[in-house]
Amino acid sequence: MGAETQVDGAMLSTGPGVEDFVALMKPRVMSLVVFTALVGMVAAPGHLHPVLAFIALLAIAVGAGASGALNMWYDADIDRHMARTAARPIPRGLVTENEALTFGAVLAVTSVLTLGVLVNWVAGGLLALTIGFYMFVYTMWLKRRTPQNIVIGGAAGAFPPMIGWAAVTGGVSLESIVLFLIIFMWTPPHFWALALYRCRDYERVGVPMLPVVAGLQETRRQIVIYSLLLVPLAMTPSFIGLGGIAYAVTSAVLGAIFLWLAFKVYRTCEGRAADKAAKRLFGFSIFYLFALFAVLLGERLADRLTGLAGVVG
Amino acid sequence: MGATEQMSEEQAEAERQKRQRLRSIAIAVGLGVLVVLFYAATIVHLGGNALNRPF
Repeated sequence: MGAETQVDGAMLSTGPGVEDFVALMKPRVMSLVVFTALVGMVAAPGHLHPVLAFIALLAIAVGAGASGALNMWYDADIDRHMARTAARPIPRGLVTENEALTFGAVLAVTSVLTLGVLVNWVAGGLLALTIGFYMFVYTMWLKRRTPQNIVIGGAAGAFPPMIGWAAVTGGVSLESIVLFLIIFMWTPPHFWALALYRCRDYERVGVPMLPVVAGLQETRRQIVIYSLLLVPLAMTPSFIGLGGIAYAVTSAVLGAIFLWLAFKVYRTCEGRAADKAAKRLFGFSIFYLFALFAVLLGERLADRLTGLAGVVG
Repeated sequence: MGATEQMSEEQAEAERQKRQRLRSIAIAVGLGVLVVLFYAATIVHLGGNALNRPF
C-alpha cells in the first residue's frame, strides 16, 4: 500500500492527462454502443437529417462514455484488485475519484440534454434511462448483491439500438424491442463465458458472479439455457420484416455455431480445455453480435441504395 | 513509472502545466463543438424557412 501511495503521489502531482479522461469513457465499449445505435438508426423507417443523425450518434457515444466514467468512479475500490481492471485510470492513480465523478456527471447531463433538445425527447429520455440504469440499477444495486447482476444489468447495454431507432422515428416499436432483446439475451452467455475463466478475480473482490455463487457447472448450464433462448430470438428479425435473406442465413449459421460452442463449454469441465472452450465462446459471442448487426446494417444500406438508384434511374 | 518518480520538482511542475494546458484546450474544443452542433441543428430545424423572410 505504501508503494502504491508513493506512486499515486508522484503521478497525481502532475495531474491527469486528456488521454486518462478518454480511458475513463471505455472507448471500446463506446465503439460497440455507437455501432449498435447506428444499426438502430439505419434500420428504422423514416428519415433523419444527416446532421441530426451525427449529433444523435455523438450524444449516444458521449452518454455511453459518461456511464463508463461513473462506473469506474463507483467501482474504483474493487477495480484495484482485479487483473482485468487494475490498469484503469483511477486504480493507477492517474485520475482521482472526484474527477471521474464530475467528468461522468457533466457528460451524462450534457449528452442527454443535447439529444433531447436537438433530436427528440424520446431518444433523450431513453439515453437518460440507459445511463441511470447502468449506474444505479447495475453498478450500485445489483452488481455486488446478486448473481443475476448481468442478466438484468444487461438491459443497459441493450438500449442503444432502441435509442438510435427512437432518434429517427420518435418512438418505440416491436422492431426496436426485438433489437433490444437480442442484446439483452446475448449478454448473459457472453459475460458468463468470461466469468468462467475470470471467476477468481470476481471471488477475490466479492462480486457475486454466477460461477462464484452457484459454481462452474451451474454457470455452464445457464449459458446453454440462455444460448437456446438467444439463437431463435436472434432469427426473429427475418420474420418481422426487419431482416432479409442474408440476415436469415447469417443468424441461422452463426446461431448453430454459437449453440455448438455453448454445448462444448457445457461438456468440457476440466482443466485448460475448459478455459479454452469458455474463451472461444466469449470471443465468438462478440463476433456473433457484431456480424448480426453488420448484416442488418448492410441489408438496409443496400435497400436504400437500390431505392435511390430507382429514383435516379 | 520509475521515470515519473525520479522527476525533479521543476520537471514535475512543467509537466503539470503542460497537462493543465492540454486539458484546457480539450475543454475549449468540446465547448466549441457543442456550439457548432447547436448552431447546425438549429439551421437544420429551420430548414428553408431560415431564408423565407420579407425584405
